[in-house]
Amino acid sequence: MINYLSDFFVNLARSWTAWISGFLPVWAVTVVNYVIVAVILVMMPVIATLTLTWMERKVIGRIQNRIGPNRVGPWGIFQAIADAVKMLVKEDIVPDNADKPVFNIAPILIAAAACLLWAVLPFGRNMIGADLNIGALYVIAIGSFTTVAVLMAGWSSNNKFALIGAFRVVAQLLSYEIPMVLSVAAVVLLVGTMRMGQIVELQTVPFVFLLPTTFLIYMLSAIAETGRAPFDLLEADSEIVAGYFVEYSGLKFGWFYIAEYGNLMAVAAIATTLFLGGWRGPGVAAVPALGPFYFAVKILVIVFVLMWIRGTLPRFRIDQMLGFAWKVLVPAALANLLWVAIVLKLPVPTALQWLLILAGNLITLVVALTLLGRAAKQYAARRGLVSA
Amino acid sequence: MQQVAFAVLSLITLGAAIMVVTTPSLLRSALWLILAFFGIAGIFVLLNADFLAITQILVYIGAISTLMIFAVMLSSKVMDPHQPRFNEQWGLVGGFSALLFVALAAIVSRVVWPVAQGEVPVDTIQRLGADFVGPYVIPFEIASVLLVVAMIGAIIIARERE
Repeated sequence: MINYLSDFFVNLARSWTAWISGFLPVWAVTVVNYVIVAVILVMMPVIATLTLTWMERKVIGRIQNRIGPNRVGPWGIFQAIADAVKMLVKEDIVPDNADKPVFNIAPILIAAAACLLWAVLPFGRNMIGADLNIGALYVIAIGSFTTVAVLMAGWSSNNKFALIGAFRVVAQLLSYEIPMVLSVAAVVLLVGTMRMGQIVELQTVPFVFLLPTTFLIYMLSAIAETGRAPFDLLEADSEIVAGYFVEYSGLKFGWFYIAEYGNLMAVAAIATTLFLGGWRGPGVAAVPALGPFYFAVKILVIVFVLMWIRGTLPRFRIDQMLGFAWKVLVPAALANLLWVAIVLKLPVPTALQWLLILAGNLITLVVALTLLGRAAKQYAARRGLVSA
Repeated sequence: MQQVAFAVLSLITLGAAIMVVTTPSLLRSALWLILAFFGIAGIFVLLNADFLAITQILVYIGAISTLMIFAVMLSSKVMDPHQPRFNEQWGLVGGFSALLFVALAAIVSRVVWPVAQGEVPVDTIQRLGADFVGPYVIPFEIASVLLVVAMIGAIIIARERE
């Protein structure tokens, strides 16, 4: 009994498979299992939306010295359901000259991209949707598919604000994809494989202690990829009136909302898998069923930090944002990758290699911050502002 | 099972390709092309070339299709979604296309294509990486030089005139 409980989720799946194999042919068992896993994974962005919207409103409310929602249920936890009901009963307005099939498909594609990301994330030992050989690259490919869906949404609205917003979104997403790819490539180099399950298995030391700068670059690129503040130029209400989803109302806007929070949680989950050790934690070798709980705790920590950043920092301008990506993040990520590649080929023991990688990362961080500080001083001196 | 998957993927690819050339609206042609690219990525997966499938999605759909949609949007004719689909030369062009199709079908069905020996390795990325810095290092480096040249050209074209 204790043995069953200690690996609860895997044993539950095995018992279920054994039970339905009793009366279904082999191919039907496979299909049923895949459908069940697919439904669970598609529910993840929805669960993320329901819980993270409440968390966000509370956290940002506290940062802004107010309470946040507290009417709808104890501590306002049913606020998300109230919002969902409101969105469902809104009228579905389609603009007159809009390209109707494209207009209707675009939110579904964006939500699909947010759901597809969850297929390669390891929730625990042997608990992964599909342990692809190319798991890390799959994540980036799905992110690049989002750019096309956003262009579809912006174009088919037949609205110049939506079009300009869509162009800006694509510029931002394409620019920040490169530092993200380079930082993921540094981790893949260190591990030697792209399988997400293997990356977590081989993290006896969480990689954030070996590659802190890479973690930082990945988090910044991920915040930009999901379009959260301070990179939320795309939905800046005072500038571009909600950008590419301005013409969407009701449930279609709900899909965009689900996609945003699903992306947020997926990106936090990827950062946990690559850098924080995924489902690893004390006692997980003996009791593998604890894996998903450690995973959830780490995800919530990262999501809290992201919400903290949202509530604190002002928004970037488009030229500042693109300059930051191309002039700061790409060279730093490239230098990082180069250093990791060189150190991994040195004929020294592994512990020394790790120390060298850590030293290289810290040196990159110090150099980047020094150069940024110097550039900021020159900018302030040129503009006649008071320098810090 | 593989036959069924191949049939479905081919139907998707060919159907999308037909819609690309017959849709009156230019933007929808670009979107149908994206569906065709997905079909081709699926066929790569059937052939156990997983890295190629993901690279197809990443490069073709994520970058090249975006570029095509930008070009379509920034051209002037796209505002008119009801351009005529056929002009007066369609008979001659159709004849030549049919001739090309017959020639290609004859070539594909009659040539004895060489089949590579050996098993498909389970981990294709290792083999690809080893080959890139082993036997195929010169094409790899020339491709990198080409990309740098293109990037420098883009920067020169797009920089501000002082």
